[in-house]
Amino acid sequence: MITVLDPTSEQTPATRERATRPESLAGLTVGLLDISKPRGNVFLDRVSERLSGLGATVNRYTKPTFTKPAPVDLRHEIATECDAVIEALAD
Amino acid sequence: MMSPDLSSAPPLPNGLVAVVKRDCPTCELVAPVLHDLHERAGLTVITQDDPEFPIAAEWVRHDDDLALSWHHDIEAVPTLVRVVNGVEDQRTVGWSRHEWEQCTGVDGLGEGLPDWRPGCGSLSVDPAYADELAVRFSGSRLHSRRVELASLEDEWEAMFHRGWSDGLPVVPPTEARVLRMLEGTTRDRTEIVAVVPPSLIECTVEKVAVNAVMAGCAPEHLPVVIAALKAACTDDFNMHGVLATTMSVGPVLVVNGPVAKRIGMNHGLNALGQGNRANSTIGRALQLVVRNVGGGHPGGVDRATFGSPAKVGFCFAEDEAGSPWTSLAESRGWRANQSTVTVFAGESPRIFADERSRTPDSLTRHLAQALQATVSPRMMLGMDAMLVLSPEHMARYADAGWSRDRFMEELSAELLCDADELLAGFRGVAAGLPPAAAGQKVPKFRPGGLLVAHAGGAAGLFSAIVGGWANGPRGSDPVTREITP
Repeated sequence: MITVLDPTSEQTPATRERATRPESLAGLTVGLLDISKPRGNVFLDRVSERLSGLGATVNRYTKPTFTKPAPVDLRHEIATECDAVIEALAD
Repeated sequence: MMSPDLSSAPPLPNGLVAVVKRDCPTCELVAPVLHDLHERAGLTVITQDDPEFPIAAEWVRHDDDLALSWHHDIEAVPTLVRVVNGVEDQRTVGWSRHEWEQCTGVDGLGEGLPDWRPGCGSLSVDPAYADELAVRFSGSRLHSRRVELASLEDEWEAMFHRGWSDGLPVVPPTEARVLRMLEGTTRDRTEIVAVVPPSLIECTVEKVAVNAVMAGCAPEHLPVVIAALKAACTDDFNMHGVLATTMSVGPVLVVNGPVAKRIGMNHGLNALGQGNRANSTIGRALQLVVRNVGGGHPGGVDRATFGSPAKVGFCFAEDEAGSPWTSLAESRGWRANQSTVTVFAGESPRIFADERSRTPDSLTRHLAQALQATVSPRMMLGMDAMLVLSPEHMARYADAGWSRDRFMEELSAELLCDADELLAGFRGVAAGLPPAAAGQKVPKFRPGGLLVAHAGGAAGLFSAIVGGWANGPRGSDPVTREITP
């Protein structure tokens, strides 16, 4: 991982804009990000079943800890592999 | 070296201090002197590599993270320092019996040793460590937001994805690269260089350095970029207008004075083209600052109908040594020994060919015809231009003994045109001067509206014309600024 310095006036957020929302999930790859809170996996298992029923392919990911933002590599992996992502905030 | 910030430096012990490393023959040579000085004058040794050099003892300290060496600007070992009340009082580098005796006040040092031996490079300036140390010890003083790139993300592609590029690859501005760039100037990194249009953002030396890294500049180019930015971000130059206009102009930079040679700029063959790092990157760095800091993007505030290749960056040096005339900067009131950059709102150069004129009069008349067509042959007074005379064209004037003043006088006379041939509607062309101009003589350029410089390769009976943009308060005036460290 390398860190670079922002060359801009820093008046806009460093992260890029959201992708446009899909009309339908059929045929898309949807990532499910488990933030590692207890029983989040139970909720995501059910979500996964429902998404598969809608014709989506489901990829599962897990954050190392819910106390910190997802590592930049994991975010990049999800962005590269998926069309959409759902992050579970179960507790 | 980065200028050390002594306010946060780990202090050197009081008294005599010698900074050494085992991997230095001179340090090995003076090992007996170090023992001697410890016994006779309480010397403390700071060792950079082997913690037991010259001996394992409480008076030998290991600078394991090189913090002491870095902060106290140790460039070679051995370095002998005398510290009084926490403040460095004297230092000597390498081994010199005379200087060591003078610094320590102890006589009879190093019996049997040669009188003098040079030292070796300090580990803290070793290229293998210098960047890392600079980031560790002074990186926190960089204020720009850190942007982390994923390890699976190609950092060169990431520069494009984030919208920071002019369309060509840019060098990823890491902390180490930006710190290295900042070594090119003595200015404080927090100093405001200019308020950059179109968003009128206060731009610090650090932000200029970030963009200079991206453009591919070397540290010694940074002062030129800073001076160019100061010149471009003035009311007179009107960078906002130059950016926003539908015309295809951008800042054209001409560098004069000693700095051009010092940083290896090209004023000769292909001077207006590619192939020289300084020429190619300095103008680009200015444009990247306007894009990234000022927010001037094509399709945003930049509304150029065509644009031009020159808008990537257009910068060259004047060939002063090869010219019998005063330089462009001197013609604008600067001295020959001052380094300056002149910013002119111009388009790409076009070639003027004259391979037949053998007299200055013939060449001048022909030049006037070509210059008359700049922007439009019917447009008078409203636009400036720059003429770059090649060495072979300049030779016509040198041979005849014409000075710059004589040339400007004769050329201006040739550029005084009959308004009747330029009137709107004349020969079926709607554009032109108003009927009230009938019967008058009209100059093509306003006074000072034609800039003349000398550059180019030794062969080629050509000159280059750089068309300008709306001049004066309704557009842009050329601006010259001094380049200072």
